[in-house]
Amino acid sequence: MITVLFVAFAAILVVSSLLVILHRNPLTSALFLVLAFCSLAAIYLLLHAEFIGLVQVVVYAGAIMVLFLFVIMYLNLGHDVESGVTLALRRGLGWLLGAVLVAEGALLITGRLAPGPATPQALTAAAAAAPGNTQQVGLLLYSRYLFPFEITSIILLVAMIGAIVIARGLREPAPAEAPAGSAPVTAAAPEEAPGEDA
Amino acid sequence: MIAFFQDPTVQIAFWGLVKIVVILFVMLGIVAYLTFFERKIAGHIQSRPGPNLVGPWGLFQPFADILKLFLKEEFIPARANKILFHIAPILAVTPALTSFAVVPIGPNFIVTDVNVGLLVFLAMSSLGVYALALAGWSSNNKYALLGGLRSAAQMISYELALGLSTIGVILLAGSLSLVDIVHAQSGTLPFGPLALPRWFVFTQPVAFVIFLICAFAETNRAPFDLPEGESELVGGFHTEYSSMKWAMFFLGEYMNMLTISSITVTLFLGGWNGPWLPESLQFLWFFGKLFALIFLFMWVRWTFPRLRYDQLMAFGWKVLLPIALLNVLATGAAVYWVGNR
Amino acid sequence: MIPLSWLLLLSAVLFCIGVVGVLVRRNAIVIFMSIELMLNASNLAFVAFSRHLNSLDGQVFVFFVMTVAAAEVAVGLAIIVNLFRLRETVFVDEINLLKG
Repeated sequence: MITVLFVAFAAILVVSSLLVILHRNPLTSALFLVLAFCSLAAIYLLLHAEFIGLVQVVVYAGAIMVLFLFVIMYLNLGHDVESGVTLALRRGLGWLLGAVLVAEGALLITGRLAPGPATPQALTAAAAAAPGNTQQVGLLLYSRYLFPFEITSIILLVAMIGAIVIARGLREPAPAEAPAGSAPVTAAAPEEAPGEDA
Repeated sequence: MIAFFQDPTVQIAFWGLVKIVVILFVMLGIVAYLTFFERKIAGHIQSRPGPNLVGPWGLFQPFADILKLFLKEEFIPARANKILFHIAPILAVTPALTSFAVVPIGPNFIVTDVNVGLLVFLAMSSLGVYALALAGWSSNNKYALLGGLRSAAQMISYELALGLSTIGVILLAGSLSLVDIVHAQSGTLPFGPLALPRWFVFTQPVAFVIFLICAFAETNRAPFDLPEGESELVGGFHTEYSSMKWAMFFLGEYMNMLTISSITVTLFLGGWNGPWLPESLQFLWFFGKLFALIFLFMWVRWTFPRLRYDQLMAFGWKVLLPIALLNVLATGAAVYWVGNR
Repeated sequence: MIPLSWLLLLSAVLFCIGVVGVLVRRNAIVIFMSIELMLNASNLAFVAFSRHLNSLDGQVFVFFVMTVAAAEVAVGLAIIVNLFRLRETVFVDEINLLKG
């Protein structure tokens, strides 16, 4: 049952992320990316990473992709127009490189890791069965990873200030800029949410 | 065949399905009548009778409304993005319905008790933005677009304070499971000569007020109904919608109100906890509190004027968010020094 | 139980889709989305290993990756918005002032 669900979500994930890079309309691309993130969250749930799975939905689908949507709507981007020889060259090269990468990865994984741990060692012990892994992730976050955690919060603070300063524009402190500036400014801080969720 | 039905997984799936169907129909019925109550309450507040002609006391009004909406012409504007125009109303209803899977209605009546129930609710409410933003974008109408963008900005801003205000409750209950949170609110709290119920509204009053204000903003209800402010934006994001698609947005709004009210009841008002009733009837307490809260929603809508947009943003970011953060800090300190009881 | 190799293969495919997206598209926003895809591919590998090694450290790393991704998106989109205001384009091959 879990395998069937995994294959289904993996198929949705791959198809929708292919459509992200293939579709000409950036808005449609963004929406397919939302679908990809949601199916990735479902895969996380199948892997018993409930906290990460739902944070994935809250952060990526609920905050980051809304930001993308905002910017695409604000800039009013239509379909991409592309043409020319350099384009064909770049595209051919890109797909070739991608195919080589996939082949390489498949070779590596199937050649070296296929007979690897089919079942995890001593599962059901502490990590999987205990009172929800949220608590344990939180404990780890505030004990062994306390220092990285604090650094992340500083990164978020710096990013927040940076985004506000950059998006506000260079010269005009005038209120004329307010409606334009307000979209990125208001949207700049939801990233604080994951830091507080833990 | 019988062996198939005795298989435990099949049993779980079957009873899960039964619960889902029951909750779905009960909630949709409640939503249909919420529209009726809204009009009745609005009528009484404005000293007029409200709908009273269809059936006794106007009780069949919702059915008349549904029939009318079914028979209306469906209109899609020229150069609208057709696919997104169709998807947006679906997205308006689905997240609100999904959240009900984790709401504990009675001691033994919940579709599924997951250990991250509160996060499920937050995730679903964060997906609600898409419906409004996409409806605004795909309509190819400047009023709709402005309404959609406003709603997206508003929901993102208030979601933060909403999420932060629940952290106090999580700290006190020590769990993200909504069933555990309700259990943590059983019993009484000595308060001078009185004994208050141990509901989190008494131990977390600041969080409750913040959550309630954000709930108004999240459901786009007055005084925060700027996305559809008719005096400046015509109909807001659903300007171009008609017939059943418009009805879906309407349904979504009431569904959201129902969802967020039931989460408020669960988090702050003790869920199904209450005196006098036997355990099998305690779900009546849940519904009693739920309807009281929904009445508050409607009362506020017909009493307060709409905020200005800059006031709304300033209030969310400069008032609610800092207070919510301070509340987290104070609760954390209290739990550290006093313990969470 | 999902075999580890499947998960890693999925992660690799996802990463390569992201790489191809960066290489073949010229819209800065789509390139940015492809970078998000690559980050998520690494997240998937982290969660897969966390499950199969029975340790939660991988999930903590996913958490960090998410916060950094969020910060990156906020700044990056601000830059793109500013760029659009200055140059009226989001196509990376038209942004060539530094090309000399």
